[in-house]
Amino acid sequence: MKVLFFAQVREALGHSVLDVDLPEDVRTVDALVRYCVAAFGEQWGHVLDERRVLVAVNQEIVNYLAPISNADEVAFFPPVTGG
Amino acid sequence: MFEVQVQTEDFCVQEVLDGLLRHAPGVGAVTHFIGIVREQDATGPILEMHLEHYPAMSRKALGQILDEAQERWPIRAAVVIHRVGSLKPGEQIVLVAVATDHRGDGFAACEYLMDQLKTRAPFWKKETTPGGARWVQARQSDERAAARWDS
Repeated sequence: MKVLFFAQVREALGHSVLDVDLPEDVRTVDALVRYCVAAFGEQWGHVLDERRVLVAVNQEIVNYLAPISNADEVAFFPPVTGG
Repeated sequence: MFEVQVQTEDFCVQEVLDGLLRHAPGVGAVTHFIGIVREQDATGPILEMHLEHYPAMSRKALGQILDEAQERWPIRAAVVIHRVGSLKPGEQIVLVAVATDHRGDGFAACEYLMDQLKTRAPFWKKETTPGGARWVQARQSDERAAARWDS
C-alpha cells in the first residue's frame, strides 16, 4: 500500500511516501496508524492524531474507521489552506 | 463547459470569462472571484507564498465540488483554476467563474465553490516572511463558512 504525507505532516515525519505491506489484521485507517506507531515510534501517533489531521483513502476524505486494503492509496495531511 | 485546472502558470481572467460566454451564449450573468497573495498579514510582510498540493486528489476534489454546485444551482458553464508552486505577493492564486441566467445563482455558486474549496481541496500554503517560512494555519471561520451550506 502507498501511504502519502503532505505539508506539516510530511515535514514532521520526514517522509513524503511509504510503501507498506499491510499485515492481514490491519484493516482500518486507525489500525494503520497503530501499525505505524509500533513500527516507527510514538511520535507518529502524535503527528497522525485524528484530531489534528485529515485522512483520504483513494483521494476521498474519510475518518479513521474507514476500511483499507493493500491496493488502496492512503494520504495524511493537515487541514487544508488553499484558495 | 465545466472545467477544473490545477497549474503553476498564471491565468488571464478575461480569456476565461470570454470562454464562458462562448460556451453559454445568451447567458444573463457571469460571476467570478479571484484570490490574490496578500502583501502582508497581521504579523508583517509576506515575501513569498508556496502552494503545495496532493496532485492525485486536488483536481478530483475541485471537480466534485463543481459537480455539487451544478446540482444546487442552474449553472450554464463554470471554470475553477487553482495555482500551485511559488507565488509572489499580488499574484493570482485562484479563480472561480460561473455563467448563470441570474445573478443570485452566480453569487451563491461562487461563494459555495470557494467555501468548499477552502475546507476540502488538498492545497496548503507556506508563507515566507522576514522571520522565516511558516505554514498557514487553517481557520475556524472557513469551517463555519463551509458548514452553513449543510443546513
